[in-house]
Amino acid sequence: MTGSDATVQKVSAPDTVKILIAGGFGVGKTTMVGSVSEIVPLRTEEPLTAAGLGIDDLNGIEEKKATTVALDFGRITISQDLVLYLFGTPGQQRFWFMWNDLAIGALGAVVLVDVRRPESSFAAIDFFERRKIPFVIGVNGFYGEHPYTPEEIRESLALPEDAQVLLCDARERASSRDVLIALIDELIATTTRTGGRPAPTV
Amino acid sequence: MPLRGPASSSRRTAASEVNGGDTAGRLVRPFTLTGGRTQPDRGDFTLITMVIAAPPPPDGGPRLQPEHTRILRLCAEPIVVAELATRLDLPVSVVSIMLCDLLQAERIVVQPPRPVSRTMDLELLQKVREGLDRL
Repeated sequence: MTGSDATVQKVSAPDTVKILIAGGFGVGKTTMVGSVSEIVPLRTEEPLTAAGLGIDDLNGIEEKKATTVALDFGRITISQDLVLYLFGTPGQQRFWFMWNDLAIGALGAVVLVDVRRPESSFAAIDFFERRKIPFVIGVNGFYGEHPYTPEEIRESLALPEDAQVLLCDARERASSRDVLIALIDELIATTTRTGGRPAPTV
Repeated sequence: MPLRGPASSSRRTAASEVNGGDTAGRLVRPFTLTGGRTQPDRGDFTLITMVIAAPPPPDGGPRLQPEHTRILRLCAEPIVVAELATRLDLPVSVVSIMLCDLLQAERIVVQPPRPVSRTMDLELLQKVREGLDRL
């Protein structure tokens, strides 16, 4: 098996890129990953001893039993030489330290919002805003229902006027795909506007 | 969103059974594979770094741990670190350290992810756009 193919050294593997699917706990991140992924979402678990070493102070955290952080991801093969990975960020806020590593090299992010408890996604919005990582908001309508308009949601989340807010159903492939396309379209627009050189960020 | 929480999958249950139900035991075990190291010596491995097995040296090279051999088998075809970790049922941090060993032994070749700085690559974005359109 291994190395039996003499050409293996010359094999050029596909390029890889990633998009993050963020938002509060239970907002539908894994559902969205699963609806567009060509594979059933995979999961890795990191022991907190390694991931949070020297960073995460467990003192005062109620659930001290939590010993791992789970990370769910999926894959979309764009072409023979390009594969897109979707990573659901850990939802609980105390795992924010993992987001830094996840965010490095990401094209951008989708922040999912549940209008029944939008505050659970505030931390994610803050995170991407502060780091100037491009993101769009996907309002995941549970049971496909959308009681608020995108404008109302944009206002209640205190988002800038040009921030994209999309109503979606994370269970539906086409709906999730459209949210991803909106993100890519925004990246394309920004890149075109700035001649491929967006202003350097601090 | 059923996926979170400790004993949520049979895989987890099986793991804790192996450790006699001691969840702390599962934490310790993976790092015995790395000789107690918790950080790779080199930062070559991101979640989406591609790993490909290199042809073995003519003399077969030094003897490898069974887990290293498993990794080599899994990356006969290009595979990213996150997928490797899932297939091995080991944390990414542990797999990265073992990959580091294999890289130093020249048993694997790695391909870093497409660099995405603040300078976006229009051609790349358009390719992703077209790919999503086909979904």
